[in-house]
Amino acid sequence: MRKHKLAIAGVTLLAAALAVSGCGTRSAETGGGGGGEAKTAKIGVIAPLSGPLSALGLGIRNSVDLAVKQANDTNAIPGWKLELAAEDDEGKPDVGKNAGTKLVGDDAVVGMVGALNSSVSLSIQPVMAAANVTQVSPANTGPALTQGPDPANKKRPYATFFRTCTTDILQGSFAAQYLYTTAGIKKVATIHDKKIYGQGLVTYFTEEYKRLGGEIVAAETINPDETDYSAVITKVKGANPDAIYYGGEYPQAGPLSQQAKAAGLNVPLMGGDGIFDPAFIELAGKTSNGDLATSVGAPTETLASAKAFVDAYEAAGFKEPYAAYGAQSYDAANAIINALKTSLPNAADAKSARQPTVEAMSKVSFDGATGPVAFDEFGDTTTKILTAYKVADGKWKADKTADLSSS
Amino acid sequence: MEFLQQLVNGLSLGALYALIAVGYTVVYGIIQLINFAHGEVFMIGAFGALSTWLIIGSANDNLSLWLLPVMLLGGAIASVGVALLMERYAYRPLRNAPRLAPLITAIGVSIFLQELVRLFYGEVPGFPDAKRAIPFPQIDYVTGPAINVGGLVIQRAALFTLIALVICSIILFIFINRSRLGRAMQATSQDPDTSRLMGINVDRIIMLAFAIGAALAAVAGLAWGLRYTNIDFRMGFVAGLKAFTAAVLGGIGNIAGAVVGGLVIGVVEAMATAYIPGRFGGSAWKDVWAFVILILVLVFRPQGLLGSRVVDRA
Repeated sequence: MRKHKLAIAGVTLLAAALAVSGCGTRSAETGGGGGGEAKTAKIGVIAPLSGPLSALGLGIRNSVDLAVKQANDTNAIPGWKLELAAEDDEGKPDVGKNAGTKLVGDDAVVGMVGALNSSVSLSIQPVMAAANVTQVSPANTGPALTQGPDPANKKRPYATFFRTCTTDILQGSFAAQYLYTTAGIKKVATIHDKKIYGQGLVTYFTEEYKRLGGEIVAAETINPDETDYSAVITKVKGANPDAIYYGGEYPQAGPLSQQAKAAGLNVPLMGGDGIFDPAFIELAGKTSNGDLATSVGAPTETLASAKAFVDAYEAAGFKEPYAAYGAQSYDAANAIINALKTSLPNAADAKSARQPTVEAMSKVSFDGATGPVAFDEFGDTTTKILTAYKVADGKWKADKTADLSSS
Repeated sequence: MEFLQQLVNGLSLGALYALIAVGYTVVYGIIQLINFAHGEVFMIGAFGALSTWLIIGSANDNLSLWLLPVMLLGGAIASVGVALLMERYAYRPLRNAPRLAPLITAIGVSIFLQELVRLFYGEVPGFPDAKRAIPFPQIDYVTGPAINVGGLVIQRAALFTLIALVICSIILFIFINRSRLGRAMQATSQDPDTSRLMGINVDRIIMLAFAIGAALAAVAGLAWGLRYTNIDFRMGFVAGLKAFTAAVLGGIGNIAGAVVGGLVIGVVEAMATAYIPGRFGGSAWKDVWAFVILILVLVFRPQGLLGSRVVDRA
């Protein structure tokens, strides 16, 4: 008798718990309800707010939050109040797709900033495009997202997708030029993590590096879920490279750099914007001095417009730093807000403003934290500035900035 | 030379799997439960060691060697505590339930522990946020520049793991075969009902089994942190899966089998990365080859490499 009652109670509790929790994504933050006569429009954010890349994702969310707060404080769009709707994609495409579906289901969402990972954006793009919600990515560098899968035959896949950062085609070739010409390194081993971003970066790097005359002595891959890279490092060491080019993110790059140096392979590790984070230096340890990374945009500290962003971010008192993509996210949010300035006043509600916002995006042009912000016919940013950074004394120091707008 | 180097790589990785695999095998031998949450016990052992260092040593960034046994003790307390709580509240009530129930419970406990650490570790004052990888203190002498033995590069932390495995195996062997409690464990795993008749407190023995597995997992957690310089709330998942494979490969229920299985899996992974040429080689396929070996062994020798030791429940 007792067992039966216990079973019934347990089942009831379980059913109640399931009903309450539902099957949504892990964390969802939406602003409080709109107040007064002002109508509410929401700017969504999809980024990894938990998991290994959360350092970058939280910086993205906070920067967009800052832009939204500033827009509300200055009453940028009279009669309208802007809110932040942040969703966590954990860096995974399927979780990101759920987050995207949730955002477009909310009628107040009129645009969004995200995602961080190219693989996640690939799954979000069709969802946003079907609902005509503007998507601006601060960090996706995979070229196929705006130029289509065939580089010889560029075709824009989705009219709703824009980005404030340059593509991996430029990033990979900039890295190749830096290693070959500036650093004088002629033999490189490449490693990537088999994800879209890392693989693409290594492909474009290899093309340009070979074109310049360099030699790729080894091309290996690692499994991003694993932490032991000793077998790959031993293989690469046998090929005697003078540098390692890694396509991937800092949770793997840091330990990879540390294990490589510890195994006696004392060559610099160079990566893309995915490893450009203080967490890389923490994970790679004391031997990381000399490691290199490229990132999109000029160093935030050098531009005057960036300084205003940095000061405002500090004053707002966020718990986490703005990380590698803070300035780009801020610009992305402001690009949407600028587009909203033309589309919202004539709209009856947020949902009907979605299509006019997409159209207004192509005309957006202003000076942002990363430089002049404008979009070309593919949705790519017209500002093509890249910077190479080197680890010195436990910090990233800017080494070389190049404007590749002419290429 | 590269072969020897890869062998060393494989053995050091395998030693970690072996330490965790013993936990799986000991619990399975006694109560026929695959404790899927054991990977999380390993993770909590690592976090326990980190927390001990944060409380005691981080004030002045102390990395001296005497902190190592203290961290080990701290990690062991954390992992053994979690394992005993798990046994008492999640598995003991299901002792007589059909086999599926404790299995599902184990998966549930695994998810629960992962989320517990992910969400609440950072809430404790002074502890870093566990949502991303946390750098692990690199204790002097057991980390640092690798040791060069005639061209072979051996990581200090890898050497530490291997030595720890040897020491733990010897202690465990002596305990199981030469002490009263050890013989009580053997008796319980052979026939729990008769053991009860002989005056053995079966509940206590089961708790002991969980505690032994957890203590070894704590050693593995500390070794992992030293070797890979960072720990993460999800490190238990993949390591636990590989360790479980190792335990099955060596013969489930057989402690020596778990050790051998762990080392074999580690070596197969290293060798597959280095020596399988072409499309099916490299680190992308190493897990495939590890599981291919497992399947082949189980097809031709289902009881595992060294034979399994499970009670025959008629």
